[in-house]
Amino acid sequence: MKILIVGGGMGGTILANNLSRRLKRELKSGKAKITMLSASDQHMYQPGLLYVALGRMAVDELYRDQASLLEPEVEFHVDPVEEFNLDGNQVKAKSGKTYDYDLIVIATGSRAVPETIPGLAENSINVYTEQAALEFYKTISEFNGGRIVIAVGVPHKCPMIPPELTFTLYDYFRDRGMLDKVSFHYTYPIGRLHSLEPVSDWMQGEFAQRGVTSETLFNMKEVDGANKVVYSEEESEAKYDLLVAVPAHKGMEVLETNKLGAGGWIPVDRNRLNIEGHDNAFAIGDTTNIPISKAGSTAHYEAEALAENIASMVKIGAPVRDYDGKVFCFIEAGKDRATYAMFNYNKPPDPKPPTKSVHWFKMAYNQLYWATARGLL
Amino acid sequence: MADRKIIDARGTFCPGPLMELIAGIKLIDIGDELEVLSSDKGSASDIPEWVNKVGHEMVSSTEEQGVWHIVVRRTK
Repeated sequence: MKILIVGGGMGGTILANNLSRRLKRELKSGKAKITMLSASDQHMYQPGLLYVALGRMAVDELYRDQASLLEPEVEFHVDPVEEFNLDGNQVKAKSGKTYDYDLIVIATGSRAVPETIPGLAENSINVYTEQAALEFYKTISEFNGGRIVIAVGVPHKCPMIPPELTFTLYDYFRDRGMLDKVSFHYTYPIGRLHSLEPVSDWMQGEFAQRGVTSETLFNMKEVDGANKVVYSEEESEAKYDLLVAVPAHKGMEVLETNKLGAGGWIPVDRNRLNIEGHDNAFAIGDTTNIPISKAGSTAHYEAEALAENIASMVKIGAPVRDYDGKVFCFIEAGKDRATYAMFNYNKPPDPKPPTKSVHWFKMAYNQLYWATARGLL
Repeated sequence: MADRKIIDARGTFCPGPLMELIAGIKLIDIGDELEVLSSDKGSASDIPEWVNKVGHEMVSSTEEQGVWHIVVRRTK
């Protein structure tokens, strides 16, 4: 069976390595073959961008050579796909080469699109690319005080980023002795502080202690950079001196141009992860339209479930398990305390009070991630 | 006749039915409809609250065996 994985991010890489281990014999005998096509020869640990933005991690710590992370049996090409022919079991890549497959997994991730809100890209900072994270640090390190507004687009990658940005920035300015010069105003698209109700309840107490003000049901419509005002779809406005954005995201443009899904989100079955109308085409991670968190852990757990299923399809001709919707998110509650939220389709999260030990585990995980990518953890 | 797309947000906690609606309504044409399926009874109140505040149109909200079917029409 020729297995083609499109995308070398967290989901695609974990899938390739997990699958490679499960199919050692088949890969050796030639009964199976795994090929990965990626847009880059580098693999970025995207959650590290938050720490780059705060001056707590160097950019080069975010990267490894993609080939160094993959099991030797995985054939890897830097050759991004430009045309998908799911009915013909074939893709065409940038090089002009055509790749045939028996089974395809699309894991191309998502991208922040601040340009979809007029004025947002040029008047705000965010943490979603290397360049943006570096610009973020430069801006906050030169900020002399004023009103910091946090504004959140929908959908966005990493649901914990809005509270994490608020709490870590608070500690950043506290450490600089500037709490008398800065104020924080947090906005959020729905009628509470976070989509997870227990997290929202916890944030309320934390905000009260820190004097962080908030406005809910606030969806960005336009930013007036000259007058430093962000306007909402709900006809309200927030004046800012520093606008910290969590921009809305889209799936990759190539998926839209190939009409695989509106917004670049591919419709898939929430348990089996197969693309609607196809038994041999799958999508994982941010790429899907499943209504769950766009987060690395989602891609991780989906990749593990799908690897087991693809391996069993090769070995016994049928999948053996469902993805249960598992998500695990660390939540940095400042510079040295953290908690986490873990949930699935049936079980809601029950976050505990933040502790230093969870924060330090998160710090350790920033390094352990490379073992996760290799499919070991 | 308006096109109608369905978002099956049953049993999902994050980002949740309202956030899915806010994301999904950007992807349909003005005049088309979104039907959100939610197992969270809070959706029956928080979705209409947002829809009315922004100025879209509530088409219907019904409950069948613990699942709320909430239909919204994009108006702008």
